[in-house]
Amino acid sequence: MNETQTLLADTCTRLFTAEVTPALIESAEKGTWPAALWQQLEENGLTLPQIPEAQGGAGGQWADAQLVLSATGRFAVPLPVAETMIGAWLLSASRLSVPMGPITVAPVRHGEKLTLVREGASWKLSGAAVRVPWGASAGHVVVVAEGEGKPMVALIKGGIAKAETDVNLAKEPRDTLTWSAAPVLAAAETGHGLPEDALMLGGAMARSAQMAGGLEFLLAQSVKYVTERVQFGRPLASFQAIQQNLALLAGHTAAAGMAAQNAFAAMDGGEAGFEIAVAKIRTGEASGLGAGIAHQAHGAIGFTYEHTLHFVTRRLWSWRAEFGAEPYWAMKLGRDVAARGADALWPYLTSR
Amino acid sequence: MPTFNFTLGELPLEAQKVREEIRDFLTRELSGRSASKRALSWGGFDREFSRKLGEAGFIGMTWPKKYGGHERTALERYVVLEESLAAGAPTSAHWVADRQSGPLLLRFGTEEQRQRFLPRIARGELAFAIGMSEPDSGSDLASIRTRAERVEGGYRVNGTKIWTSNAHLSDYAIALFRTKVVPDKKHEGLSQFLVDLKSEGISIRPIIDLAGGHHFNEVHFQNCFVPDDMLVGKEGDGWKQVTTELAFERSGPERYLSSIQLVIELIREVGKDPGERTAATIGRLTAHLATLRQMSLSVAMMLQAGQNPNLEAAVVKDVGTSFEQEIPEVVHALLGIEPHLATGTQFERTFGYLVEHAPSFSLRGGTREVLRGIIARGLGLR
Repeated sequence: MNETQTLLADTCTRLFTAEVTPALIESAEKGTWPAALWQQLEENGLTLPQIPEAQGGAGGQWADAQLVLSATGRFAVPLPVAETMIGAWLLSASRLSVPMGPITVAPVRHGEKLTLVREGASWKLSGAAVRVPWGASAGHVVVVAEGEGKPMVALIKGGIAKAETDVNLAKEPRDTLTWSAAPVLAAAETGHGLPEDALMLGGAMARSAQMAGGLEFLLAQSVKYVTERVQFGRPLASFQAIQQNLALLAGHTAAAGMAAQNAFAAMDGGEAGFEIAVAKIRTGEASGLGAGIAHQAHGAIGFTYEHTLHFVTRRLWSWRAEFGAEPYWAMKLGRDVAARGADALWPYLTSR
Repeated sequence: MPTFNFTLGELPLEAQKVREEIRDFLTRELSGRSASKRALSWGGFDREFSRKLGEAGFIGMTWPKKYGGHERTALERYVVLEESLAAGAPTSAHWVADRQSGPLLLRFGTEEQRQRFLPRIARGELAFAIGMSEPDSGSDLASIRTRAERVEGGYRVNGTKIWTSNAHLSDYAIALFRTKVVPDKKHEGLSQFLVDLKSEGISIRPIIDLAGGHHFNEVHFQNCFVPDDMLVGKEGDGWKQVTTELAFERSGPERYLSSIQLVIELIREVGKDPGERTAATIGRLTAHLATLRQMSLSVAMMLQAGQNPNLEAAVVKDVGTSFEQEIPEVVHALLGIEPHLATGTQFERTFGYLVEHAPSFSLRGGTREVLRGIIARGLGLR
């Protein structure tokens, strides 16, 4: 980490420790938008870390974005920070200006199609997208859609779609949005540097950093709990069975962190299709196993709503399924690897 | 809570250049080596291969030139290791000496010992075994009982070492003996020695493994004389030295690549356009391989930077051996084919070899339970 990144990580930790209290997360779960927290995030430059300064961002790298996203996972920050970063990236890479405020992206499911139709000098958007994060409440929606046979990126004002609201396991909004010839604020052909499935890739990358952060919380929280909790006259930490399980959790946490880090570093290097698939697969797998170990270590108290463990474990169970679950990315990656042939496996691994 | 420190880094240009050199060498030397032979990984013992590798400058790579080394970086050496493992090269005749015996002598040995042994190791001429475990001392290594008693001009050794891989094929062992009995302080009074395995008073009995192979041995010492100049480091410092040695043993890419030939052969077997389930399996294995490689590389970079990543090395070995052990199970679950030994296709034989040998992956070099104990200590649990 360079100096700016240390500062950024410290800012996140300080801000989230103070503001992201159980009360705040609970109120967000009941549908309250944490406006003051969002404002503090924006004021601290945490929502657009890797967007050029000329476009309103902090002018940093993807590695900076990873630090922020990992922290949002660690603290279960109930805001669309990941979605805002990815939406802003799509806009910025397609030379469209980036609005302030929370942004979400659509479609978030592989195979869904939105269409742009030219009407005079502007475009109109039609189509439906399911389970859009904060779909009904985000200030803007960035969509990837087909317009006159070409992939395009468009910016839509929030709140104009017909919305059916829903939530994921962590009660984060996941809304189905339907547009019928809806007005578009700005649209452009997808930027040259963007891969065809940029939205899925960006979303998967962001989730992998959030999951890696969530796992860090599970490990720290589990270590703390077993060190404090006494049974049979001694701390749980002194039992070998507990030690072995937490060591296993530590391994998955370390692997998830490494995989996520590698994906963002590859993005800073230009192209990260392979690394993002790897990261989403590895962090997703670690999330399921890690949540299981953390709950086991916490016993019944960790299964209560009162204890904060579930704020992270419920997110992990949802996030691993979003922007392509492990099977989706594993199939994609496996096809690529198989098509290259057996003897290309090692050269391919070492070329990345 | 102390956290792990896995940071990414780029391999320097010289390490990337070494990759091309070693790949050319391995392609040349291993052409025609079958998949089921490559599956032996670093278990394959071939003195001729080790000599050629040494001649080409790929052993003792980081050691000073005055001891026959090549003064390359730890990362250049790392690339040679991972390429050798990925290619399934028979590295056993130099592996232990290059990985731990040589570095141990470099750190704790006398000038005379360094000059006497290191150049020959670097030429690929000397094979080393490790004399640590005893019949009553496995994971509890500090409880060893083999005695080295002071006599005129040296020590007289009595006792038994066990699980000594390749003792019957090797020239020397570096062994841990008890030079002094300190009541209630088992970590004290231990010392390390260079032992010429051809010495009088040593008898080597084979221990056949479950697959019928002969790698393990029981090594008996009966009034075996070890001269003074074969003591490594300071008398009584054995425990400190041996933990340093074990750190060398735990940090390498051999702790996640033992089953890579099966992944390669699985891809060959299913062809270029596999079905969804097969593709997903290959994708998952690839994701684990790629992540473990970055973690292992990260440890290598910390070592190069002069840090002491013992905890991270234990994590890589634990995650890595669990993964390499899981691969035959994954293949079984996917294809349900029968593992073969001498008959069958190369794929079936590679599978058969790894099914039988996988249990050892989480035993050698410190059991899974011992490693997780080390990780737990790092987490502050003990």
